[in-house]
This record gives sequence, structure tokens and C-alpha cells, in this order.
Amino acid sequence: MMKFEQWEGFKCGDWQTEINVRDFIQHNYTPYEGNSDFLAGPTPKTEKLWKEVLELYKKEHDSTGGVLDIDTKTISTVASHEAGYIDKELETIVGLQTDAPLKRAIMPFGGIRIVEKSCEAYGRKVDEEVRNIFHNYRKTHNDGVFDVYTPDIRAARSSHLITGLPDGYGRGRIIGDYRRVALYGIDCLIEEKNKELEVLDVDNFTEEVIRQREEIREQIKALEALKVMASKYGFDISKPAKNAQEAVQWLYFGYLAAIKDQNGAAMSIGRNATFLDIYFERDLKNGTLTEATAQEIMDHFIMKLRMVRFLRTPEYNELFSGDPVWVTESIGGMGVDGRTLVTKNSYRLLHSLENLGPAPEPNLTILWSTRLPENFKKYVTKLSIETSSLQYENDDLMRITLGDDYGIACCVSPMKIGKQMQFFGARANLAKTLLYAINGGKDEISGKQVTPKYEPISSEYLNYDEVMEKFDQMMEYVAKIYIKALNAIHYMHDKYSYEAIEMALHDKDFIRTMACGIAGLSVVADSLSAIKYAKVKVIRNEAGLAVDYEVEGDFPKYGNDDDRVDQIAVDIVKRFLSKLQKHQTYRNSKHTLSILTITSNVVYGKATGNTPDGRSAGEPFGPGANPLHGRDTNGALAVMNTIAKLPFQNAEDGISYTFSITPNTLGKTEEQRIENLVNMLDGYFKQTGHHINVNVFDRKLLQDAMDHPEKYPQLTIRVSGYAVHFTKLTREQQLDVINRTIHERI
Amino acid sequence: MEKEYYANVHSIESFGTVDGPGIRFVLFLQGCSLKCKYCHNRDTWPIKGGTPKSLDEIYNKIMNYKNYICPSGGVTVTGGEPLLQADFLIALFKRLKAENIHTCIDTSGMVAISKEIQELLNLTDLVLLDIKHINNEKCKELTGMGNSLELNFAKYLSDNNIQMWIRQVIVPGITDGEEDLKQLKEFIKSLKTVQKVELLPYHDMGKYKWKNLGDLYTLEDIPTATSKDIERAKKLLEIE
Repeated sequence: MMKFEQWEGFKCGDWQTEINVRDFIQHNYTPYEGNSDFLAGPTPKTEKLWKEVLELYKKEHDSTGGVLDIDTKTISTVASHEAGYIDKELETIVGLQTDAPLKRAIMPFGGIRIVEKSCEAYGRKVDEEVRNIFHNYRKTHNDGVFDVYTPDIRAARSSHLITGLPDGYGRGRIIGDYRRVALYGIDCLIEEKNKELEVLDVDNFTEEVIRQREEIREQIKALEALKVMASKYGFDISKPAKNAQEAVQWLYFGYLAAIKDQNGAAMSIGRNATFLDIYFERDLKNGTLTEATAQEIMDHFIMKLRMVRFLRTPEYNELFSGDPVWVTESIGGMGVDGRTLVTKNSYRLLHSLENLGPAPEPNLTILWSTRLPENFKKYVTKLSIETSSLQYENDDLMRITLGDDYGIACCVSPMKIGKQMQFFGARANLAKTLLYAINGGKDEISGKQVTPKYEPISSEYLNYDEVMEKFDQMMEYVAKIYIKALNAIHYMHDKYSYEAIEMALHDKDFIRTMACGIAGLSVVADSLSAIKYAKVKVIRNEAGLAVDYEVEGDFPKYGNDDDRVDQIAVDIVKRFLSKLQKHQTYRNSKHTLSILTITSNVVYGKATGNTPDGRSAGEPFGPGANPLHGRDTNGALAVMNTIAKLPFQNAEDGISYTFSITPNTLGKTEEQRIENLVNMLDGYFKQTGHHINVNVFDRKLLQDAMDHPEKYPQLTIRVSGYAVHFTKLTREQQLDVINRTIHERI
Repeated sequence: MEKEYYANVHSIESFGTVDGPGIRFVLFLQGCSLKCKYCHNRDTWPIKGGTPKSLDEIYNKIMNYKNYICPSGGVTVTGGEPLLQADFLIALFKRLKAENIHTCIDTSGMVAISKEIQELLNLTDLVLLDIKHINNEKCKELTGMGNSLELNFAKYLSDNNIQMWIRQVIVPGITDGEEDLKQLKEFIKSLKTVQKVELLPYHDMGKYKWKNLGDLYTLEDIPTATSKDIERAKKLLEIE
């Protein structure tokens, strides 16, 4: 039984005899079903500080490549940098990744060349000594991977059959349970880790045991470093946090340690609002805090999360555009006992969008249940309509397997906080796989034999059964190479760039998943549908390579709630997962699958030739599980029904859908828009849809849509009872709509 | 054996939000006997054309959207002129009412009140009645038909306690004359079941459909309705 004076006023439970944050929450939190009237606006301090941050943003934006500054000398680790501030006097929550705001750090353990390339791209040079160390003495993750890559992996990789692999950048997608820092303090966490080492003092001293002992020792060192880092800011975090301000600060230090240690693709923060609410409630009750200061703490915390920066190459930005870091925070949901996990602090966190204005980070994710309090549903949908900043995931679906203390990593990947991690695996390009099946493993663009020689299809018209048979074989091959590559990557990542601080905030035994992914699902489904229901003629070049297709007749298209094609997509997901499952994974991780491309659907499309559905070479795929741009003709709910058919149990790493709509199409008045969006989300999630990005656009976005129609596949305009696809209008008409619906809105 | 019902369908929209309350599954039926000069769905006129779909097919499709439309929305049938396919709609609405789904018809009301129409209206929760023109002569000029049928239709709805929203397309200089709107106001006042009056601003975004079909668009010189036009009309009609 642990006992701390900082815990005074909390209800007792198992959480005092073991590390068990969920138990603490369940015993102590206060569900909130009321509305948003209690919220406070920004304090003068908040307004002043935010103004300074906005000025920094501007400077950053105007700098070469949008990078304000780089510390090219200090190798970033948990405690590497001296304390940094935006404006010390104003900051309620402190801590920056380096000694100055928006200054980026170098993290060469992942790979020195990528760091050098990044610095060069922004007009800097890595310090000579650092280069010397990492070129001559210290091996990196990137070196390790390329030492062991086999020719078949290299071929699949360079031909874009398997793409976006985290072999040149940090894998990310691990969420430390940062709440533990606040609830228990570092000393207690170290003590627990020492107990784990005792358990691992066994007679059968196997490689696995030895490795785990070494990892836990690394974790303990990282926790010690975390204490040092906090002390640079004048805090002793060896003991638990004693009030709300400390709880947020302690928790943030934990997260800060992670983003100083790792340049991971997605550095998500977990599910913290309700945990923190317990501290806020205690302080509000004993009169040491007002609503205004509570909001101030949260606003300052959010500001810090909006300032997370990593040093990345311009090529990386092509894969994931807009400098994202995925500081995903999961909000809401229901407990397994039926009480809502929405608290006042869930509102405070979201309210930052109003106090500070909308922003892409942190990546605010609503865990939606049809049983969420109606007030909360209305508040979040209102924010969605105003800011297009929220995404939603199906809590009713995920709670079945993940309980009520999971969080989302990156965009759609759910994991139990502190009890589960994943080996991020990017994605296989199944549209290209289909083309390889037709061409016997030759690349449709280069003509190179990439896979071993298979028998190509030689007929003039494609036959569905023959294509399916060959596609099945090619998926088999791709699955094998894919798992080989991922095994190599994660072996080396663990070895040379182990996430010690994040794993220190996990249990000793936890679930590992091998998170594979699919790109181009809708292109494959439509192609197979065209082959099955229309006639597809193959156009071959002089060398006999199939390079183009002519579709004769119409065919059912993915995204219209038509089972004839939707079930093809479902079958592909199941098939590909079962092929992956044939291969042994690194550390016996569980095979999972995502249907998610983020913004890389554009790059994958660029690298893929003409496809049998009539898509032209180089054209972007639909993002995630979306239909291809312009293929859906039955309205938004038909698309939702199609996507909801994709089986979550076979794609447990998430199924992403991006939905965009104009305010006027959503409803005539604000009240109607809110009601319609609530009912739409309830409906979609009852249909077992997993995830949805909600964009409600106005003029600015419509103008963007004119220049980039591929980003807005679903954008519909209704005028006087008639609907048109915005992107199908001529430029003149689009301008007309913009002028009429915005300037002269009726 | 039960009769097999088919509808001639133009298209569907799974997410309608402007044709009736809440989220609407909107069924566009093919065929219309009017020739409104401003029609934005010119392609729905021919009685032939469209795709025949069975009652089961349409009903099952609608049921796929029950999770979205049940709380406060429903099904809206528009077109074309849906009342031209009344026997089909009777069969469909019977099944929808059995599932407690809100039913709505968007119509010009330019039909005689037959037994069949009466039966259908008994199954209809809301009628969106598009008054083409309150002046008989001008109505004839605009649509090819006088307005006596639709005014009768409105009275029938009122007398039989069937809820309606009155719709009037505001075409500047054609449907918004001061005298005409005053007359319309008086007419609406005489009806007992009007829940709402909606003014739809005329726009020419359906013009391309006329051109695609090789037809002459005769409103070429008519400006689209501005918010000013709408405000003026609202004042005259004394609505919000």
C-alpha cells in the first residue's frame, strides 16, 4: 500500500497498491452531462502569451522551408537541452523540446543521413562532432535496417509496392501513459520497474529475458533523466503531483520527454482530459482554483502541444503534408459501467479551439457513443461545424475489445493506454499489386521484373476469375515481403532507437501489434468490379506490357452502398489480412490492418500506372477507405454505408473516412446543422463505421477546392432543392456558388 | 399473389437536408407533365427514361438508412412529379408507415384528387407544395398549365388536415409581382395546415441540362434571385 499526502481527498482503490490509472479514474471521476455554459474565456495572460506564439508562428512561416531554427549540435535526449521558454513570466505550463520555442532538435539515433539531409534542406549543417560520432562510432536504426534488407525487400520498396516504411524515420505510434507521472511521481515508477527486474531474475536466462532486463534498465535510466529534465525547469517530480497545475505539468513533462527522445511519425498523447478533471474538481472544491484559472492551465497546456516540432525532410512532407505530429488526444466515450467518461475538463480541452482559435494540433479525437450526453454531442458537433478540427471514432465498437481506457495513436489506431503498443507498418499498395498480377510481376511503369516471374495475363479482355487467381497469388507474395521488411525494421528500431521513456510508462507485459496497412482499396474494388460487371480490354505496349485499359459498359462503383462491389472490398481486406497472418512476426506481435493513407494517397497514386477501373496513371487514390474522387453518386450516407461494411475485426488498426460538406448542405440553420450532424454520426456509428473526419467548409475552403478538386470528393452544393457536386461545376459556376452562397447567403 | 410494384427512378440522394425536416432519404422519380421554364431538373421530364426499380429494392435501400433518418428525418419523394406514380407510392408508404418512418412528398399538386391520390395523401406526413404561380394566366405561361388543380389540391390538404409547407420559387419579374404575392398571402391565409412557407431563390444552375438536351432556355435574360429579392418577397408575404 502506497501512501502520499498528495493523494488526500481521493477515494481508495487498487490504484494505491499497483500502477493502475484506470482504477484511479473509475473511483474518482465526476461524469458531466451539463452544457458548456460554465466555460471561461481566455485570461489576459493567455491572450498575451498566445499573441506571442502567433508572432513566432509567423516568423517560422517566413523562414526557409518553414523551419525557424535548428539546434544542430545537441543530440536530443530526454534531458539534453537547457530549459526553454516562450515568455517565462506568462507561462503556466512550461517546457520546450529545445532551449527556445520552435527550435528543432536533431535526433540521429534513427539515422544520421536523414538528419544531415534535413539540415541541408533548411540551409544548416550538422555539427562536425555529431557527424563523426554517428558516422564512425554509433550505428543507427537506418544503418541497421539497410544492413539486413534483402534484394526482394529493396525491389518492392523502390518500386513503391510497399511504401512509406519507417526505415528512414521514427516509427512513432507508441503512447506512454503520461498520467502515471502525475499520479505516482517518478520515484514510485522506478520502484515498480525495479520490482519487474526482480521478477525477471530467473534460472532460465534466455535471450528474451536478457533483452527484457536490458530494456527495463533503459527505462529506469530514462525515468531518472526525466527527473533531471524537470529539475531544469525548477520542478521536483519524484513525488506525485499535488494539485491540478502540477498534474498537468507533470503529465506534460512525461510527454515532453518522449518528444525529446523520439522523432516518431505520430507522437500521440493518450486520453488525459478526464484523468486531469479529478485534480481540477478537487482544487475547485477546496477553493484553490477558479474556472478561469482552470481554463488557463488547459489553454497553456494546449499551446505547448501546438508547438511540438520535428526536423523532417521535404520528402517526408510529401508523404504527410503540413508538418503533422499527431499529438492525438482522445476525448469522451463511455465507461463499461455505463457512466459517461465526459467531464468538465473534456469541455475545457475542446474549448481551447474557441479561446485560441482552430488548429490542426493537438489532433482532437472524439470517442463517440450513441449514449454520450446529448449536451456533449451538440457541443462537439457545433465545434466541428465551426472549425473542421475534430475527428470522431466509434467508442461503442472499440469498447468491445479495448475496454474504456484506450486511446488513439496517430489517426485511427486504438490501443490500451500503457498496456499495448504497435509496430507501425505503413502500407502496401494493393492497386499496384493488382497491376503486377496482370503483368506477371513486372512494373507497369518501368517494365522491370520486380517480383519473381509469374505468368502474365495474355488475353485481350480481362477475365474475373483469372485476374482474381493471379491477384491472390501476388497478394501472397507482397504479404511475405511486407512482413519481412517490417520484422527487419522493428528489430533494428528496438535495437538502435528504443523508446525507453515511452515504454517506461507501460506495464511489464503488454500487447504488441504488427500494424500493416492497405493503400488503394477503392481502386482495387472498382477495378475488380469493372472486370466482373463490364468488359475491360487490355492495351499493351510493344514489349507486351499491359499499360492501359479500356472499360466498355458501366459497373457498380465503391462508395454507393452497392453490395456487388462493396463486398469485393470486404473480401480483399479479409484476404490480405489472412495472407499476412501466415508469416511469423517480430516479437510475436499480432497482425493487424489499417485502411488509412493520411495524405500519402497522392504519392501512391503518382507511382501507380493506369488501372482497370479507368483511373489514369498518376491520379491520386481516394484517401484511406474513401471512394475514388467523383465515383460516389448517391450522396454522403451511401458512402458511409459502404465504408461501414469494412470489417473492423479484420482491420483493427483503423478504417479512415474523410467527409467534407458545406454548411448549407448540412442544414439551413445552425441548429439544424448540429441536429443533422449528430444524427448522421449516430447513424454512421450504429452502422459500425469506425472513423470519420468531419470537414464543414466555407468560402476559403471552396476556393481551395477549385484548385484541388481531388481533396474534396464529397463536396455537395444544394441550391433551392437541387444538389450538384461542387467539383463537377465549371469554374464559372463554382465562382457563382461561392459568391452566392457566401456573400448572398439566404 | 401480391402485385409487383415498380417505380421509374431518376436518382437517389442518401443525405438530403433541405426537403423536409431532419435527414431525408430523397427519391427522385422520373417524369413530369409540366414544362416550367426555370426547371433545374429538366432531365426528369420525360416519362420514359429513368431506371425501373422494384418496391422491394427501393424499400430495402431506404431501410439501409434507417439509423440516420429515424430520429427526426424521413423519406422525401420528389422528381419529376411523384404523384404521377401514386400507385407505387401507396405501396411504398404503407411499408414505411409500418416502420414508423416519416413520409413526405414534394409536388406541384397539379393533379386531380382521385381515390388513389386520396389514399396516398392519407399515408403522407407532410406535403411540400410548390405553388407555381398564384395567377392562373401567368401560371399557364410559365408552366404550360393553369393553377386551378394545384389550388384545389392545397384546399384538399387543408380540409383533410394534411400538413404542408408552401414553396414558392422567386423568379425576379415573373413570380414576385407585388399584386401576385399579396394574392398568394391571402391564399395561404385561407389554408389551415400550413406549417411553413419557404421561398426558393431562382438560380440557373440547371441551365446546362437544357443545353445538353438541345433545348432552348428561355429565361436567359432573367437574373437569378438575390437576397434582396427574397427579403422583399418575405415582406410582402408577411413571413419571417
